[in-house]
Amino acid sequence: MKDETAQQGLLISPIKNGTVIDHITGGEALNVLKIIGITGTTHECLSVATNVKSRIMGKKDIVKIENRELREEEVDRIALIAPNASINIIRDYKVFEKKGVTIPALLVGIVRCPNPGCISNTNEPIQSRFEVVPNGLHCLYCDWVITRDITGHII
Amino acid sequence: MTHIISIRDLKREEIDFLLSEAGRIQERCFDEHALNGKILALLFFEPSTRTRMSFEAAMARLGGTSLSVGSVEASSMAKGETLADTIRVVSGYADAIVLRHPKEGAARLASEFASVPVINAGDGAGQHPSQTLLDLYTIRQSMPLERIRIGLLGDLRYGRTAHSLAYALSLYHATIFSITPTGLELPDALVRELAAHGTEVICCDNVEDVVRDLDVLYVTRIQRERFPDSASYFKVASSYRITPELLTGVKDHLIVLHPLPRVDEIDPRVDSLPYARYFEQSWNGIPVRMAMLQRVMK
Repeated sequence: MKDETAQQGLLISPIKNGTVIDHITGGEALNVLKIIGITGTTHECLSVATNVKSRIMGKKDIVKIENRELREEEVDRIALIAPNASINIIRDYKVFEKKGVTIPALLVGIVRCPNPGCISNTNEPIQSRFEVVPNGLHCLYCDWVITRDITGHII
Repeated sequence: MTHIISIRDLKREEIDFLLSEAGRIQERCFDEHALNGKILALLFFEPSTRTRMSFEAAMARLGGTSLSVGSVEASSMAKGETLADTIRVVSGYADAIVLRHPKEGAARLASEFASVPVINAGDGAGQHPSQTLLDLYTIRQSMPLERIRIGLLGDLRYGRTAHSLAYALSLYHATIFSITPTGLELPDALVRELAAHGTEVICCDNVEDVVRDLDVLYVTRIQRERFPDSASYFKVASSYRITPELLTGVKDHLIVLHPLPRVDEIDPRVDSLPYARYFEQSWNGIPVRMAMLQRVMK
């Protein structure tokens, strides 16, 4: 445990205000950034560590975002690809709030239906709606079931 | 308010009730003025003959009136109006809406914006619950629905009628023989769902191999538009032609169904055999749709 902490300390320094997303599934850090809308053209100050040794997970990723606190909807999105992630809201170098992520039973406006014939892919005034089922995500409009590459379908 | 969007929304008891009601209606035990003064809006954004006319006829037989949107080109949809707005407006004109639309999930969307009941009359390759109910009703006229052995023949990948019927029959513990050309099999997700209901799906290439084991043979049109060229379509389509010779030695009580229109899947010589029930199946659309209209509007 001590070694792990020491190693992380070398990789990422503490932040004054913002969010630390810890225990991201190894290799998913860049996808996490993508689904919360952080790209090369946005201005957040970021620290990203990938494939860090973890006693519990074997390998994990860590993301620190300065001066930004994640919204509930963004946390829901992270849960889809990193179900073990923990979200730490940092204020004045201290952990102000710490929470896990849970995949909600219903995803509204988060995932785009891959079925080109689905009414949710038109200009109708609706948001996509998926229920989480054991083998994936079920579109509540056209009944399509997404069983793989969920990241690729996140809006 | 009751909508009928998908056969999946109906429990087995509700299906049984609608089929029993259709039976009573067919025996002329119904009130011809049940829907007097009621107005049904028919919003058909795709071509249809049987479904549209049978809903109109069903409404007329119950004393009600139908309004029709006419062709899509002459409607506000052509001006770019959303379906949601169309539904909100038409909700003010009618007591129920029957919708056919090319997009899957359109009826579900309509039910969210309508202030009157919505009946799905087919949305893309999605759901068509009134067809499924009349299929079940036609089978039930010949035999109990419980534990039948049914062959689904044709394009089962894209055929919405086969999907809905397979799901509904899984509620009655059917054994399903999936008889398709390569690439047109039932979708994996549906097969898994059927298996979860305890329904066995047996895949086979050749109808001759299984036809003598069947209680029901449900033939669907192989959809020409799915094939890259005419030659490959005709090769597959002709391999699944139902003829009197093919039906030699089948069970006496076998019935052959088809949601129609047929192209060349069924030899016209089959029409006069006792197995052929596809025209009765089509006529059954009237009592079944009368039962549905009464359920949502009365």
